[in-house]
Amino acid sequence: MLERLSASRRWGLVVALTAVAVGAASLFALRAGAQGDALVVYSARKYQLVEELFREYGQLRGIEVKFITDDGAPLVARLRAEGRNSPADVLMTVDAGDLWRAQSAGLLQPAKSATLDANIPAHLRDPDGHWYGLSIRARTIAYAAQRVKPEDLSSYAALGEPRWKGRLCLRSGKHVYNQSLVAILIAEHGEAATERIVRSWVANLATAPFSNDTLLLEAIAAGQCDVGIVNSYYLGRLQAERPGFPVALRWADQAGSGVHVNISGAGITRFARNRAEALRFLEWLSTPAIQARFAGANFEFAANPGVEPPPVVAAWGPFRQNVINVGKAGELQPAAVRLMDRAGWK
Amino acid sequence: MTLAGRLLPGTAAILVALPMLAVLAAVLHGATGADPELWEHLRSFVLPGVTRSTLVLVAGVVALSLILGVSLGWLTAACDFPGRGFFAWALLLPLAMPAYVLAFVAVATLDYAGPVPSLLREWFGAGFTLPPIRSTGGVIAVLALAFYPYVYLLARGAFLTHGTRALEAGQSLGLGPWAGFFRVALPLARPWVAAGAALVAMETLADFGAVSVFNYDTFTTAIYKSWFGLFSLETALQLALVLLALVAVALAVEQLARGRARYALAGAGARPPARLRLRRRLALAATVYATLVFALAFALPALCLAVWALEVAPLDLDARYVAYVTRTLLLAGMAAVACAALAVVLGWAVRAGGGWPARIAARAATLGYAVPGTVLAVGVVGALAAADLAWVALGATEGLWLQGTVLALLLGYVARFLAVAHGPVEGGLARLKPSLAEAARSFGLGRLAVLLRVQLPLLRAGIGTALLLVFVDVMKEMPITLMTRPFGWDTLAVRVFEMTAEGEWRRAALPSLVITLAGLVPVVLLTRRIEDASRG
Repeated sequence: MLERLSASRRWGLVVALTAVAVGAASLFALRAGAQGDALVVYSARKYQLVEELFREYGQLRGIEVKFITDDGAPLVARLRAEGRNSPADVLMTVDAGDLWRAQSAGLLQPAKSATLDANIPAHLRDPDGHWYGLSIRARTIAYAAQRVKPEDLSSYAALGEPRWKGRLCLRSGKHVYNQSLVAILIAEHGEAATERIVRSWVANLATAPFSNDTLLLEAIAAGQCDVGIVNSYYLGRLQAERPGFPVALRWADQAGSGVHVNISGAGITRFARNRAEALRFLEWLSTPAIQARFAGANFEFAANPGVEPPPVVAAWGPFRQNVINVGKAGELQPAAVRLMDRAGWK
Repeated sequence: MTLAGRLLPGTAAILVALPMLAVLAAVLHGATGADPELWEHLRSFVLPGVTRSTLVLVAGVVALSLILGVSLGWLTAACDFPGRGFFAWALLLPLAMPAYVLAFVAVATLDYAGPVPSLLREWFGAGFTLPPIRSTGGVIAVLALAFYPYVYLLARGAFLTHGTRALEAGQSLGLGPWAGFFRVALPLARPWVAAGAALVAMETLADFGAVSVFNYDTFTTAIYKSWFGLFSLETALQLALVLLALVAVALAVEQLARGRARYALAGAGARPPARLRLRRRLALAATVYATLVFALAFALPALCLAVWALEVAPLDLDARYVAYVTRTLLLAGMAAVACAALAVVLGWAVRAGGGWPARIAARAATLGYAVPGTVLAVGVVGALAAADLAWVALGATEGLWLQGTVLALLLGYVARFLAVAHGPVEGGLARLKPSLAEAARSFGLGRLAVLLRVQLPLLRAGIGTALLLVFVDVMKEMPITLMTRPFGWDTLAVRVFEMTAEGEWRRAALPSLVITLAGLVPVVLLTRRIEDASRG
C-alpha cells in the first residue's frame, strides 16, 4: 500500500511540475508578446533566406525584428483569425497569389510610398500599393544539355508538341508555381486554348509529376526525361553545388510575351501597430544594395531593375519577362486549378 | 451515490473534451457558407479519384502494418530467437522517425535519378529498372514502415501479459502453437490490435507531408488543394468535416463489432510460462525477418540521414540547435503529460458512471487525430482568436491573451494527440477487473481514491505507452507547431519545414536526424519500463 501511495504521489508531482512549467512558459511568452517597439513579420520566405537581413535591419534601427515562418496560406488564415489583435506588421510571401488573396480579404493596407513605387516596376506590385514584389522568380524551360538542341525549344506551349512525347517532366500540379504559370497562360490565351496546352503537356509526360523542382532537374540529369519547367533558382543552387551539372536553361516565350515571373514580396498589414517602421523596412528592402542580397541569397532576380544578378545567374543570359501584372496570377489561380484538374495534371 | 458523485465523472469528461470541442466549433464556424459551383467541380473531377486512392492507401497501410506489427509483436513477446532481446525495443525505433522524413529519404535514394537505381544501371546496363518508388505500392510500403510500430507496441503489450498463457490454454485444448496463436492469443489481443490499427488508419488519413513527397492524392491533399489552390478555406473545412464524420462512423462500427466482449486480466501473481522456443530454421527466419524490417524502417534511412547531415553539419550545426532540442523536448514532455493525464480522467469518467455524456465526450475528444494538422491548426487559431476577442470585449486592453503563448500550442497538441494517449490507457483500463474496483470500494475508498491508489499503479504500462507515443508524435508534429507557436519557439520540426519547403532535402537531414536521435531516448527508456511493468 505504501508503495502504491508513493506511486500516486509521484504522478501528482509530475502533474504539478508540468503545470508550473506551463504556467511559467506562458507567462514568459506573454511578457515577450507585450514588448513595445518590435517590428513583427509573418514570413513565408524561409528562415535561412531572411534571418540575416532581418537581424541587420533591427541593429540598424535599434529595434527587434520578430518573425514567424509558415506557408503563405496558413499565415493569411492566421492573420485573418487574429483580426485587429494581430501582432503582425508585415506579411511576406513567396508567391503573388498569397499577397493578392490577403489583399482581397482586406488584410493589407496601401503603403503609399514614392520610394517603393520608384524602386519596384509596376507589373511587380499592386497598383494601389498594398503589396510589392521584392525578388523575381522566373519559371522557364530546363533541358538536358547533351541531348537537346536549345533552338528546338521556344514557347511553353511548344512543349506539348509530339516530338516531346515521353520526354517531358513536370512538377506536381498542386504546387502554386505551376498554378501561377497556368493562370498567366489563361490570361493570355483564354481557357480553351490553355486547356489544350495543358492536356498536350500531360500527354507528353515521361513519368508521374515530381513533388519538387530539384527532383525534376535531377531526373533530367539522370536521363529519365529531356525537358521540364522549373524555377531558375533551383538550377542555380545545383550548379553552385555541382559545377558541370548537365542541365541548361532556355528562356521561354522570348518571341511571344516573355518568361513567366512570380515574386517573393511583402505588404503592410491592415492593423499594423508599427506602420511607420513597417514602411521604412519595406523601403530599405527595395534599395539596390539590400536587393542584391535579398535575391542573391537564393539565386533569384532582384525586383529593382538596377541590380545586377550574381555570376551563376548572369551566366543564363538576359531575358525578356512577361510584364502582365503578377497579381493576375492570384486572381486567376482558382480557374487555373480547376483547369488542371480537368486536364488531369496530378 | 451522492449527486456530486454522479455528476463529477460526466463533468470531468466534458471538461477534457473541451479543447477538441472548441476547435471543432471553430472549424464548423469557418465551414459555413456554401460554394455549390466549387463543390460541383470537386464532385466531378476531384472527389471520385481521391476517394478511391484514399481507400486503397488506408486499406494497404493498415493491412501491411497489421501484418508487420502483429507478427513482430508476437515473435518478440512470446517466442525466442537470436536477437530477440535487441529487436524487442529496436523495432520501436521507427516511431522516432517522422513519416515525411522516411518518405523523402525513400524517394531521394530509390527514385530513377537516385543513387541506388543509378548504381544498378551502371552495373546491369541502362535497361535495368526497379519498380518505381513513386507509386501506390511505394507510398503504402513507406507509410506502413513508418506506422507499424503503433500496432507492434500495443499488440506486443497484450501478448506480453497474456500471450504465453493463452498458448498454454490452447495447449490444454489440444491446439498447437499456430492454432493457439490464431484461435486464442490473437482474439484475446483484439482490443489492442484494433486500437493500433485505428491509430495507423487515422495517421494515414491525416498525413500530408509524406503523401506530398510522393505526389499521391488523398482526401487530405484535396482539402489542401481547396484551401491553398482554390482559395476556399470554407470548402476545405467542409471537406475536413466530411472526413471526420467518416472516421467517427468507422470507429463506431468497430466498437459495435467488438460487441459486448469484455477483456480482463487473468489472475496475476504466478510468473508467465516460458517463451516458445523456435526450431532452428524458424528461429533463423525470424531473425532475418526482424532484421529486414529494422533495416528498412530505421537503420538504412538513419544511416542515409547521417551521411547527408555530415555534409551540411559544418554549415548548419551551431548553438541554435541546443535551443531547438530543448524546446522540442520541453513541448513534447508537457504535451505527453497533459494528454496522458487527460486520457486517464476520460477513461475513469466513462467507467465511474459518467454515462452517455462521458462516452460522447470521450469519442469527441479523440477525433482530432484523424484531422489533417493544418485544418486542426485553423480551428485552434480560430478558437483562440474568438477567446481573445471576447477577452478584449470584456474590457481588457491587451489582446492576445492566449494566442502566441505556449498554452495555445498545448491546446492544439491535446486536441490532436489525446487519441494517441487514449488508446493505451483505455486498453489498460479494459484489463482491470471490475471486481477489483468493487473490492476496493467495499473497503470504503471513494471513487477517486480507487483511481489513485488502486487503478493508477496497475495502469503504469498503459500510461507509459501513452506518454511515449504522444512524446514522439509531438516531436514530429509540424503544422500545428508552425501555425500556433509563439515568437522564438522554433523547434526541430520547424527547422525541417524551413528546409523541405525550399526543396533542400539534404539540409533537412540534420534536424531530421536530431529529431530521430532525441526520440530514441524516451523510446528505449519506456520500452524497458513497459516490459518490466508487464513482467513484474
